[in-house]
Amino acid sequence: MEHITLLIGIVIVTALVFDFTNGFHDTANAMATTISTGALRPKAAVAMSAGLNLVGAFLSVEVAKTISGGIIDESAGIRPEVIFAGLVGAIVWNMVTWLAGLPSSSSHALFGGLIGATVVSVGTGGVHGEAVVMKVLIPAVAAPFVAGLASMAATRLTYRLARGRREADTAKGYRAGQIASAALVSLAHGTNDAQKTMGVITLALITGGVIAPHSDPPMWVIASAGLAIALGTYLGGWRIIRTMGKGITDIQPPQGFAAQTGAAATILASSHLGFALSTTQVCSGSVMGSGLGRKGGVVRWSTAGRMVAAWALTLPAAGLVSAGAAFLADQGSWGVAAVAVLALAVCGGIWAAARRKPIDHTNVNEGPAAEPVGVVTAALQTVSPPPAGTVTPAATTAEAATPPAQPAQPAQPATATS
Amino acid sequence: MHIDWAALGQVFGVTLVVTVGIVGLFTVGIVGTSRKPAADGAATAATAPGAGARAGAMAAFALCAVAVAYGIYLIVAT
Repeated sequence: MEHITLLIGIVIVTALVFDFTNGFHDTANAMATTISTGALRPKAAVAMSAGLNLVGAFLSVEVAKTISGGIIDESAGIRPEVIFAGLVGAIVWNMVTWLAGLPSSSSHALFGGLIGATVVSVGTGGVHGEAVVMKVLIPAVAAPFVAGLASMAATRLTYRLARGRREADTAKGYRAGQIASAALVSLAHGTNDAQKTMGVITLALITGGVIAPHSDPPMWVIASAGLAIALGTYLGGWRIIRTMGKGITDIQPPQGFAAQTGAAATILASSHLGFALSTTQVCSGSVMGSGLGRKGGVVRWSTAGRMVAAWALTLPAAGLVSAGAAFLADQGSWGVAAVAVLALAVCGGIWAAARRKPIDHTNVNEGPAAEPVGVVTAALQTVSPPPAGTVTPAATTAEAATPPAQPAQPAQPATATS
Repeated sequence: MHIDWAALGQVFGVTLVVTVGIVGLFTVGIVGTSRKPAADGAATAATAPGAGARAGAMAAFALCAVAVAYGIYLIVAT
């Protein structure tokens, strides 16, 4: 093994930091509904998710050979500085969205960062525009609809089948099923996202001439990437978990089970059929779908709207930060050092801002502060009939108080079962 | 620009069928193993499920377990 230069070392550390932010950013995908329905206690949920992420990192030997899935032309002179700048943009955007409590895709942040850095360093020729549309835009737009509709139909069906049963009798079963679905999502996340970091580190090692081209990642890369994502997951992105578990809609055990199962089915079906959908968008969409599927369920569209805005901003925002970072890093060693210092300062500032109003495992299940009724919510309220039976003020924190028994269900069209 | 609508449609169809199928099966299992609610006005307490319902519920749970195992297989194999 050749010696590792300082720059390669910096890239490896930055990649592991990104892996860490990826972990705490995406804990919500698997565990938000599990925590908010009380299927698992918060600490137990993140511990289980972290363990499965670690296992998932070791499971697959098929390493992503291209870190970006063909979005950037990796042969067009990608130097360690470019990878470094791309990672910095992705990390900064992950921190910003975490502070805002918004679930956005870590993969999109990485793609956006790499695109921005490549455009500055190599030029627009280094980016494959069509691949951006095919691999990022369409999967992100399609994901919430596919997962949302499936979860909505499943939620309707399960409430219909289990109607007349007392909630106390069924909640235990729903929670057990939900834990199994969440475990699958965690495992899939570990194999997918930890591999991305391994691919980044391996690419950096190859460009630095430390290991031979086309070689598999060394064991220490696999282990450190798995550990970084597991550690991040265990830390728990509680701000995002609260938004997804409580902010979008009030989730009850049948909904949590339907949403998580829908998310797991969507992720596995889409990646297996060769049309991979974005995990974050899948999980958020299925939570919304389960909110729409329960009678009287309310989706807070203002929260959902902010989330969608964050999705749309992820690629350009991470790209802009990385473009600036790449410009600085291209100036030489002092530029790389300046980027590192600036990135540390920004992350430190965000962390300090988050400390002012901390959200952790103790208060993750408290509802969001009653927010002003958004435009979409208000418009929907005026056109939709009031929920049958219960009169719950919309957009307040009805803490799982809605009685499960729906009185006198009108002749409902047979729920789409298959 | 070529969007593979067929693949997207396939993903949607498979997702819908699998999600609704698994959730439906699991709910059958839950309903089969949980107590029947007391009839309106009857003084009897909630009754335990019968043997037949129990067996059906166990079969439904077993099918769900098979689905989870297949999911793990998909994750490991890809």
